[in-house]
Amino acid sequence: MSGAEFVPLSLTPMLIGVLSAIACALPGNFLLLRKQALIGDAISHVVLPGIVTAFLLTGVVAALPMMIGAAGAAVVAVVMIEAVRRLGNIEPGAAMGLTFTTLFAGGVLLLEQSDTSGVHLDVEHALYGNLESLIWLDATGWGSLLDASALLGLPPELGRVAIALIGVAVFLWLFWRPLVLSTFDENFARTMGAPTTVLGIALVLVSALAAVAAFDAVGSIIVIAMFICPPAAARLMTNRLEHQIAWSVAFATLSAVLGYVLAGYAPLWFGFEYAVSAAGMIATVSGLILAAAAFCGPCRLRSGASTVSF
Amino acid sequence: MSVSLAANEGVAPSSSSVSDSPLAIRGMTVSYGQKPVVFSVDMTVAEGAMTAIIGPNGAGKSTLLKAALGIVSPLAGRATVFGKPLKAARHRIAYVPQRASVDWDFPTRVIDVVLMGLSRELGLLRRIRPYHMDKAYACLERVGMTEFAERQIGQLSGGQQQRVFLARALAQNADLYLLDEPFAGVDAATEKAIIDVLKALRSEGKTVVAVHHDLTTVPTYFDRVFLINTRKVAEGTVAEAFTPDTLHKTYGGRLATGQIDQLELAAG
Repeated sequence: MSGAEFVPLSLTPMLIGVLSAIACALPGNFLLLRKQALIGDAISHVVLPGIVTAFLLTGVVAALPMMIGAAGAAVVAVVMIEAVRRLGNIEPGAAMGLTFTTLFAGGVLLLEQSDTSGVHLDVEHALYGNLESLIWLDATGWGSLLDASALLGLPPELGRVAIALIGVAVFLWLFWRPLVLSTFDENFARTMGAPTTVLGIALVLVSALAAVAAFDAVGSIIVIAMFICPPAAARLMTNRLEHQIAWSVAFATLSAVLGYVLAGYAPLWFGFEYAVSAAGMIATVSGLILAAAAFCGPCRLRSGASTVSF
Repeated sequence: MSVSLAANEGVAPSSSSVSDSPLAIRGMTVSYGQKPVVFSVDMTVAEGAMTAIIGPNGAGKSTLLKAALGIVSPLAGRATVFGKPLKAARHRIAYVPQRASVDWDFPTRVIDVVLMGLSRELGLLRRIRPYHMDKAYACLERVGMTEFAERQIGQLSGGQQQRVFLARALAQNADLYLLDEPFAGVDAATEKAIIDVLKALRSEGKTVVAVHHDLTTVPTYFDRVFLINTRKVAEGTVAEAFTPDTLHKTYGGRLATGQIDQLELAAG
């Protein structure tokens, strides 16, 4: 494929897919080890009512109000999960499942009742995103990467996911030690004076940041898959957390690139006329990678019960 | 339930010994639900001694330690460490949690767990230098685990895991060591290794407090005992406080008279 075709049509969707996948996979490692993997799932569902509410209040699909709306919804969800868990005396997994389906369903109703015909906001968009449409029309080839005027025409989603990824990476780098310590041994971390509760909440908020930025571009299917599949597969490849993080980034990247290419071209190879959903294919590839790791990964045999919780 | 409670039975220690005691607990009351687990407990730990906290299952032994360390929030009561509030004295405390309280499948190596004991001195971003590694290896050496440094922690036996936890506490280089059931489910060799390390700490002038289950080893391992069954029952040297009378009060009908007679022999 020539640069003149690849750069405008495939480069930006692929990049956005890769950056979103990594931004979700990074905090996903910690959520998984804290047995909170479902929180990523919950967040990616509850951002829908938040985004719709933000749209209804402001009347525009803009980044900042949507972020604020989604963050607000995430906070509501966290409070709801805790309330259901404590007041209803229900186990955390069930409380999360209850909360996120209820809020997502509420978001769907809200979306259906409101007039969003003029903007890119609908139930399908919320699920699959619009990865294929995030093209870079100002580009003419690889040379456009050095062309300032062409760069201005980059889809805004690219900048948003890039910023989210940087935010996530900086958070993990800065608070690596207390995060690892409180994830492994919360009681010990407290005796050391580490603010374990604040760290736990901060991790959820950072995950929400990644989820909102990625949700906007790639939809909730990818977000859910990327929070869980790359970290879970990575855990099966190594017994060291630093290496697990690296593997999860590699798997997230591989899922995004391979998924995008397969969605666009694989159906043609088999004689079908149309491409399939990139979001669906990326999530499927990440699931297949997890399956492969589960069968062939070097560290899949553990001393105790499996800690990979879905 | 009233939380303003009078002092417990037992001899009130003189104010000077309380003020600089390694760990002084006053009026500690903790509840996980309706029923208090620890009720208005006072404790004054003697410096440079080894103290066993003993009592039946569910008597609040671990909870008392956790409340003193700020891991659980008490309904009432406070703890001071070397005469200072906990926050100002964290660097003087080392803690060994129950082995079963963490997930040993966590992707980390033995040496990384020991390095966690240096968290305070490493801070957020300080690089781990050869000096820190030497320190961590020296702590592993003390518990006889050097050769396992690179192992993933899930590949260790229960006794080896307990030794790693002790090595992490040694890395904290504290003055007060608080251990929650350090001998639970460990092999005889590990039990010997751990008690040797604790006795060495005592000879360095450190203070050791351990939640302990095996009554038969109390007189040989410890200098002092603290008997608790939700409320404090007795506190003092083994000779003073580890008696058939206090044991009956602590365990109620759960210890047969014969068992207590045997303990008497062991103590005698």
